[in-house]
Amino acid sequence: MNSLSLNCAFVRQVLTGFIANEVRKTGFSRIVVGLSGGVDSALSAYLGAEALGAENVWALLMPYRTSSPESRKHAELVVKQLRIQSDVIEITPMVDAYFERFPESDHVRRGNKMARERMTVLFDHSAMLKALVLGTSNKTELLLGYGTLYGDMASAINPLGDLYKTQVRQLARYMGIPEVIVGKAPSGDLWVGQTDEAELGFTYEEVDRILYSMIDRRCEISELLAAGFDEQSVRAVLAKIQASQYKRRLPLIAKISARTIDRDFRYPRDWGK
Amino acid sequence: MSRQTIAIAQINPALGDLERNLALHEKTAEEALDRGAGLLVFPELSLTGYFLKDIVSSVALPMTSPLFGRLRDLSRRIDLVVGLVEESAGHLFYNTAVYLTMGEILHVHRKLYLPTYGIFDEQRYLAEGGRIRTFRTRIGRSAILICEDMWHPSAACVASIDGMEILISPAASPGRGGLEEGESFANARAWETINRAYAQLFTCYVLFANRVGYEDGACFWGGSEVIGPSGKPVAKAAYLSEEVLIAEIDPAEVRRARTANPLLRDERLNVTLHELERVRRERVE
Repeated sequence: MNSLSLNCAFVRQVLTGFIANEVRKTGFSRIVVGLSGGVDSALSAYLGAEALGAENVWALLMPYRTSSPESRKHAELVVKQLRIQSDVIEITPMVDAYFERFPESDHVRRGNKMARERMTVLFDHSAMLKALVLGTSNKTELLLGYGTLYGDMASAINPLGDLYKTQVRQLARYMGIPEVIVGKAPSGDLWVGQTDEAELGFTYEEVDRILYSMIDRRCEISELLAAGFDEQSVRAVLAKIQASQYKRRLPLIAKISARTIDRDFRYPRDWGK
Repeated sequence: MSRQTIAIAQINPALGDLERNLALHEKTAEEALDRGAGLLVFPELSLTGYFLKDIVSSVALPMTSPLFGRLRDLSRRIDLVVGLVEESAGHLFYNTAVYLTMGEILHVHRKLYLPTYGIFDEQRYLAEGGRIRTFRTRIGRSAILICEDMWHPSAACVASIDGMEILISPAASPGRGGLEEGESFANARAWETINRAYAQLFTCYVLFANRVGYEDGACFWGGSEVIGPSGKPVAKAAYLSEEVLIAEIDPAEVRRARTANPLLRDERLNVTLHELERVRRERVE
């Protein structure tokens, strides 16, 4: 048995229920999602459309001048398949205006800026459309810290955050997302030729198996090695999780008062809902 | 005692909104009444929602609260098991389920085992109950065990020896894990095993009332069920969606199960007590 395989019918029901329930609780009825052309945002959009109806889903395509035309084509395919409303907002003028002052910036800074530019566009549309921003980060990215803090990691609710990348692909195929989107090499498309797996140094299949054992099954490092996992990969994965812990938490607050937010002032987000 | 129709309210309470939840209780009771039920069992913390954290003290109710007036009134028409945060005279907060009938509180069960691991944090906010008691109802001698209480077979065993024919189990179980293989969450399958095993081992009915809905992303999976005293399901609600589950309880089934399998008759209370005392003396932790 492949331990990462999913009962897709049930997971689909849980996740569409999650979107419908958590969106309506906030008093909203719509969502807005940034479509990159990749499988994660496609799956979020599909789940959103099923949960709330196509008429309640807004997709934003936010290409930069170096973004691959194929990405745009794939995002448009999702829009067409789902019959959701969409808009294309080029982020090139905003990003380039900023980097005119910092021409020496490397591709990491530029990539982060693009991700955060898209975030501001999404949250502005959230206010404009009275729509919650639907997240698209999967569990693999979140655990490895492979995302931009306050950029693509920002959302109001995220249906994918507890699904590993390989599980996202499985559910995406089950939901009927076109194979050109599901089967292509994952990429942030932040610079030409970027692929996730080259950048991370693992394939998603490899890293998901390690993460599943380490996180979900609580295996100790010694047990992972005994089970035949490559030591260097296991240690590299653990180091990435540890180094990116800050990205998964709110900013640290210096404690002064008798009651500090999130330490001894603890309320659920769904308070009163 | 004759056959009785009972109902289980697989509802989705609002988190920390007593008034809205009370209205939901009243509405659900009308549906249960329309469908002929004489008892309606609500899930754990049905008046407040589950992941309350610091809301606990704001929604806690003393047993003298006027809010109970409406529930008492309702209980003149239908017996009710309702979940709430109970505030004691000494201002301790309990995860409590009450059985109301004929305008009175017949029984109070304070949750014994407060899970504080994984996604649970109950001991941070709540006090432990310390009593397991059975009580007589229209459907037979009953006991209430709330959610985690069901994961400690000693509690059900005590209730069984105390005469339990009906095990009422209000729950707020968040689904987790296991979506690799089954038709539902791993812990849902574990619950179903426990419910069947308890019904069969204690030759009693199990009335399992689990809620649905989401709180901060956690999904309560529903799947409420009634298991007969031979371990066979009598009624089963859907996973994930709201439902009023109706079932027939036939006291003759308890008699038949106990005639065929006189497990209760053969319980060795003195051996159990003697050995438990010895274990308590000798146990090394």
